[in-house]
Amino acid sequence: MSQLNLQGPVQQKSRLARALGGLVGFREGTTILIILILGAVMAFLSPVFLTGENFSTMFKIFVINGWVVIAMTLVLISGGIDLSVAAVMAFVGVVAGQLFLVYHWNIWIASLAGIGVGVFVGFVNGFFITRVGLSPFIVTLAMSQIARGTAYVFSEAMPLPLNNVPAGFKFIGRGIIGHTGVQFVIVLFIVVAILFDFLARRSTVLRKVYYIGSNEKSARFSGINVNRVRMGVYVLSGLLAAIAGILAIARFSSAPPYGYQGVELDAISAAVIGGTSMNGGEGTVLGAVLGIVILALIQTAINLLGVSPYWSNFVTGAILLVAVSVDFLTHRNRA
Amino acid sequence: MDTTAILEVRNISKRFGATQALSGISLSFAPGSVHAVVGENGAGKSTLMNVIGGVHQADTGEVLLEGRQVHIRDPHDALRIGIGFVHQEITLCQHLTVAENIFMHAMKGEGKGFVHFRAINAMARKLLSDFDSHALISPRQKVSDLSVSQQQVVEIVKAISANCRVIIFDEPTAALTESETAALFRIIGTLRGKGMGVIYISHRLAEIYTIADTVTVLRDGTLIDTKPVRDIDQVSLVNLMVGRELKDIYPLKGARGAGGEVLLEVKDLAMEGEFAGVSFTLHKGEILGMAGLIGSGRTEVARTISGLYRKSAGDVFLMGKKVNLRSYKDAIRNGIVYLTEDRAREGLFLDMSVASNISVIRLDAVARFKLIQKSREIKLARKFVSEMQIKVASVSQKLRSLSGGNQQKVLVSKLLSVSPKIVLMDEPTRGIDIGAKSQIYHLLRELAAKGVGVIMISSELPEVVGVCDRVCVMYEGRMCGTLEGRDINESSIIQMACLSTN
Repeated sequence: MSQLNLQGPVQQKSRLARALGGLVGFREGTTILIILILGAVMAFLSPVFLTGENFSTMFKIFVINGWVVIAMTLVLISGGIDLSVAAVMAFVGVVAGQLFLVYHWNIWIASLAGIGVGVFVGFVNGFFITRVGLSPFIVTLAMSQIARGTAYVFSEAMPLPLNNVPAGFKFIGRGIIGHTGVQFVIVLFIVVAILFDFLARRSTVLRKVYYIGSNEKSARFSGINVNRVRMGVYVLSGLLAAIAGILAIARFSSAPPYGYQGVELDAISAAVIGGTSMNGGEGTVLGAVLGIVILALIQTAINLLGVSPYWSNFVTGAILLVAVSVDFLTHRNRA
Repeated sequence: MDTTAILEVRNISKRFGATQALSGISLSFAPGSVHAVVGENGAGKSTLMNVIGGVHQADTGEVLLEGRQVHIRDPHDALRIGIGFVHQEITLCQHLTVAENIFMHAMKGEGKGFVHFRAINAMARKLLSDFDSHALISPRQKVSDLSVSQQQVVEIVKAISANCRVIIFDEPTAALTESETAALFRIIGTLRGKGMGVIYISHRLAEIYTIADTVTVLRDGTLIDTKPVRDIDQVSLVNLMVGRELKDIYPLKGARGAGGEVLLEVKDLAMEGEFAGVSFTLHKGEILGMAGLIGSGRTEVARTISGLYRKSAGDVFLMGKKVNLRSYKDAIRNGIVYLTEDRAREGLFLDMSVASNISVIRLDAVARFKLIQKSREIKLARKFVSEMQIKVASVSQKLRSLSGGNQQKVLVSKLLSVSPKIVLMDEPTRGIDIGAKSQIYHLLRELAAKGVGVIMISSELPEVVGVCDRVCVMYEGRMCGTLEGRDINESSIIQMACLSTN
């Protein structure tokens, strides 16, 4: 727009570009609109909906899985996928739980060790993807089985009871801050989500993730160390999934080796509903968080309205299809 | 209008969003003639061809094939009624064999659901034998194993094999070697002899004078003129295309030439299986051309110097100091930048904004504490947009919506953002219009005048001759000679680049 020597057709383009720019902004706008409509309908249909207690229930599960959603969003933006996140959550929980129960480690140290294991899994994913050159889908699918399997072996497939962890540890999973009535996990997640959203928009490191997802070869030809960045993405994914695993055992006082099945797919759904492209290069953490909110709303609606919970998968799938179709069609028009 | 036309378009208009790509084009193509369509990027050539070839639907207007109105809904439709299209970009299935690609359109309805491989392989071999390309293509080879120029040959053979009555060539020679180009022209001659209508699009005007009978000029989506080629000279043709007098396509050559201080010295550089014993020097303020056939190792040499490829032997000296560049990042840090020959696949981020594309190798300079400062990023982009005269509506526009020439200028901006000392340009003007080309030539000269050393790899001899102060010629991975000053002309370069063959 700084160009003054533009001729007619270019100025027409400018209007087009502005309209398109509006459309991009409008995308998260649509998600927000859906949330508002869903919320309004729910508030009308159920008197319980607008209570703080309901919101607390609605989000306390999702804010733990939300860490995985952030991780998944970044991996998808890089053009990859991480199917091992749910298994990592279970595995990390079992490792920390076992160290606490059997070896009598301090729970905090045991948790740190667990997180270390999660990071290591991410590193192994990254190694096979960047150094050996295998597809992320296959590598993380295999790692998911390996992590899950190891969790079964360590725990003999029994959930580890963690009732006698110190109160401080329970607090991170289900504690309420002061007299506000707000759960600590919710606040923690909001802070982390805002942080990652900011970093994804602003930090040079995460910008490189977008470049790689947009065109890996061009990124290499722009002096970006593609392998290092991709490795970093999988390690970060392992780290965030591990933290989610620790928060989950703190919340439920139990480390189930079979737990969190399907969380990786829910995470992909949330990210995609929020506008992340499966082809890489596009997406925002804010969008993904809004995606989580939509999924949480649907879940709550089904609970509060007394609909059979069996419908929840159906509705989630339908919303996913609609969101992706809308995204695809608007993209096609833009090209 | 001519009633004998093999193909005629009447009053074709097409609008993309707010851009009027074509307005009221009426044009007829005669059988047994080669009809060139020229114009700058964005003039509407490709859109018109895409309408004829069924890729796009026109908003208004009609297409008549041999006098009958036809409705072409998609490219398959076009092929079925006899309009073949050789695209500029490779559209082959990379994992299938050459023969499978060539006969893809004929795969159904024959042989009761089974593919008769021996037959299609034999037919493919016969068709391919018309191209005496320097490396023979086997019908059973996978397309992904072929070089870009070989793939282009397959693409052409595929279109010819369909027995079309009209065939469209969109920049078919962009990736072809000299001998393949000659073979293509021979084949086009044969097609013309058979009474087919050939539509030929190229930015290389010399080719149009070699092969075409008629030329149509498009500008800003409107038809400017149609003339027999023999009635218009090259200068008037260019002026019609750009709509103004375009003087001095090439800048004046540098006064200093090779006299300056040595910036880069390459000694016995080698990369296994690609090239060996490559030595040359690059001086401050000079433009050094690298000529030679496609596949002669020019690109590999440039990429090795830039740290993108690993050398197997030899040394590189920067300002007299030996350096060992392990990555492209290393090279950038040392002031060396490389412009790729394949901008869409290896250079640009088409779905990202102009600003993000320009800042990519300079993120640290637009960031504070590793956080990108949007205002600085936009400022950097705007600076280059105005310096390079890039036509954009806004720097947050996605790159995909820009024309080829403007995309190339964005790519060049990105490299210049780090204020390099040595610039390696691999086919810097491939597929862009003459106005943008000329701008790039002048830019290279300006850089040289500022003391930058420029290496330009190019397969277009006129630009090598017009721009370079010195020219190194490569043949099959070896440096076979250097030309200077008045010795630089097309025939001496061709002699060097091809003489070693005999």
